[in-house]
Amino acid sequence: MKNNSVEMKDISKSFDSNMVLRGVDLSVPAGKVTALLGANGAGKSTLIKILSGLYPDHGGQVLVNGKPVVLESPARAKSQGIQTVHQRVDEAVVPGLSVAENLLFEKIAAGAKGMSGSLRSLLPEARKVAAALSLDWSDRFLRKDVYELDIADQQLLTLARAVVDEPSLLVLDEPTSALSAAEVDTLMAVIRRLRDQGVGILYVSHRLSEVDAIADHLVVLRDGVIRGEQDKPFAWNDALSQMLGEDSRGESSASAEQRGTEELLAISGLKLFPRSEPFDLSIRSGEVTGVIGLLGSGKSEIAEAIFGVSKISPRSMTLDQRAYNPTHPARAIKRGVYLVPEDRARLSMFPEWSISQTVTLPFLEKVTKGMTINFAQEKEMGAEVIENLGVVAQGPEQSVDSLSGGNQQKVIVGRWLMGDPKILVLDEPFRGVDIGARRAISQKSRDLAASGRAVLVFTSEVDELFEVADRVIVLVDGVPRMDTYLSKTNREEIMNTMSEVA
Amino acid sequence: MSEIKRRVQESLRVRMQEWLVRYGFIAVTLILFTWFLLSEETFRQPSTLFSMLKFTSVVAIVGLGVTFTMVVGGLDLSVGSVAGLGVTVSAMMMVIYNLTGLFSGISVLVAGAVVGAINAVLIVWMKIPDLLATLGMMFIIMGLKLLPVDGQSVSSKMILRDGTVAPGKFTDGFLQIDRAMVGVVPLPVVIWIVLTFISWFMLTRTRYGRIMYAVGANPEAAKLSGIRVEWYRASAYVISGIFAAIGGMILSSRIGQGDISAGNSLLLDAVAVALVGTSVLGIGKPNAWGTALGALLIGIVITGLTIKGFPYYAQDIAKGVVLVIALTFSFTLSRKKARFVPAT
Repeated sequence: MKNNSVEMKDISKSFDSNMVLRGVDLSVPAGKVTALLGANGAGKSTLIKILSGLYPDHGGQVLVNGKPVVLESPARAKSQGIQTVHQRVDEAVVPGLSVAENLLFEKIAAGAKGMSGSLRSLLPEARKVAAALSLDWSDRFLRKDVYELDIADQQLLTLARAVVDEPSLLVLDEPTSALSAAEVDTLMAVIRRLRDQGVGILYVSHRLSEVDAIADHLVVLRDGVIRGEQDKPFAWNDALSQMLGEDSRGESSASAEQRGTEELLAISGLKLFPRSEPFDLSIRSGEVTGVIGLLGSGKSEIAEAIFGVSKISPRSMTLDQRAYNPTHPARAIKRGVYLVPEDRARLSMFPEWSISQTVTLPFLEKVTKGMTINFAQEKEMGAEVIENLGVVAQGPEQSVDSLSGGNQQKVIVGRWLMGDPKILVLDEPFRGVDIGARRAISQKSRDLAASGRAVLVFTSEVDELFEVADRVIVLVDGVPRMDTYLSKTNREEIMNTMSEVA
Repeated sequence: MSEIKRRVQESLRVRMQEWLVRYGFIAVTLILFTWFLLSEETFRQPSTLFSMLKFTSVVAIVGLGVTFTMVVGGLDLSVGSVAGLGVTVSAMMMVIYNLTGLFSGISVLVAGAVVGAINAVLIVWMKIPDLLATLGMMFIIMGLKLLPVDGQSVSSKMILRDGTVAPGKFTDGFLQIDRAMVGVVPLPVVIWIVLTFISWFMLTRTRYGRIMYAVGANPEAAKLSGIRVEWYRASAYVISGIFAAIGGMILSSRIGQGDISAGNSLLLDAVAVALVGTSVLGIGKPNAWGTALGALLIGIVITGLTIKGFPYYAQDIAKGVVLVIALTFSFTLSRKKARFVPAT
């Protein structure tokens, strides 16, 4: 291998007026694993895309072995020795072709191998590649259609394919997200071998335990800026606060802590991931429960299980002392369980629908008289939401997608408040939401809890937790590791728990 | 100075464009209509106009059914064959089995609903993409309907398989579906207007319609709003089947025999009028009156061209041109984000 280091100097990139990267300096030395950490929206994927040649119009320079290179296309990036293994393996392999063909796909596509090249003629070279990684792939395996491979083998295949051309830099984006523990070990072994051969590796992952095991160097990105760098051994607490942000806004939870006494929702035997332990969860009315965890810790899975959109189901749930088995959101809504989903545009909005229409959709029977929708009443309901949450809009007939992110979210939250929520579940409600809207939504959530309902907020940011919640549950790898009231703990302790490396 | 001029021109351009998107389609209809009206004596006679409307009504009604499937984000390609099935079924019931007109009418509707239900199962529950599922159904029905009639058109006094003469004939009542008049307006036109009105009412004024549009606009978000998306999607295909069957019934009454090729050309016309309909008034969504207007425009063009003595194949060219122009209004010129785009 080439033993080249790759350096990024003052990399910047903006979309429209939104600056995603603001002068990133990052160097990835040969023969080392450099881990890149960052919360959602920190700019990691933009950086990866620049490295893989997808955003040629970035600011700053990329240097390979001290020489500036222009990454104008994915092909160019590859020819400069930068190989990227993207997160979605299933999009990287070509089903219908054999493992060997996939392994040498780029060479075949580039025409280096003749069109007539039979599978047999590819085998020797494929064997060589596999052997270089000490993968004991038999000829039978190499002849297999990749369609038949499981996800772990596909992951190894994409990795092997990336190193066929002896890259200087290998970028791995969440390479373990679909793998089991044993499979992760195999992958790690391969990565170590590559490192020892002198490949520079940029390892992007949310899983702190893996980063701890594999990385030599750690870089934290937040809001498009490098916030911290460390060499092994890592101080995880520092890394995490750099990643999630020290609160600059300070004491935001001015309101008094509310404590609920009555159990409203009891979940038992909730097993979030195939390899995680089942646990019980009890949600009380009269308080805001905040569930915090990193991406992939199982937050959305809990929200989905409660709302009836999940494939995983707990052993049993009771709501208000009555059995609760939501097989469809319609049932959840009927029982007064409402969800504000994570991905606003994809999961709660209808292109060009007005505020009124969006608000009334789950409650159409309320504005239907006889057969017809009462448009005046519908408009009133829209106006009520605008009034209630202080949505900045021209009127209830304005379309939701023309509003700002914060106001969109206010509409979505406000619409559920028009019903009769027993439990309001908010999944990452503050993402892409301005501070004003965030305050308004927090206040409404706290009011709702004060009126004897339960509010459940899922978040990955400690600040948000302190702003909205009374009780905190820290979720790590699909299991709650802490369950207490915020007044009994502090930011430090929560961060520590989150960063606990198993 | 030139900056101001440029700005004025720019805003003028934008306004022109918006006007075109909104009224371009209706303007084209009116211009063509006026041109035919002024230039052709025959076109001015009320009888010509009513026969034009009558002949358009079948396409329009079938297109209305397609509109429902488009509202939920799908498309039904089996409508033409369902209409054809209606023709054969009604003829069989009356001619071969000697049953009443009413009973054959009901059988046709049931047949349409059953095909719609099968489409729904294939698409909604077996998850076959709608274009493919309904394409498959189209072929199945086209072949299957020929099975009981040995591939022959059904007409009265035909010789049956066992050598006997068919006992029945098209009843007078059934033939009246196409021939009766309500005042001066032919019955099929009345049926067309009534069905358009009902569809418009269902789609825009009722809870059902609102949910249908929600399902089409964002099925995932609709589900999270507590909507049982599957059932609404399924209903669209059943409605589409029934509307196609109604079209087939009118067609059967018009032809007066079980013509086996009837309905074959309906598919493209019906889908075309529904697509054209999305661009009326710049709505950008499938809608009932749009489909009606789309059918009307195509009816006007075809009648006009025929009267002007253009050969029959000019009709297809004209239909295609109308469709492309209409789609230009809603895709190229419109700046709306939401518009109908056929899935898969």
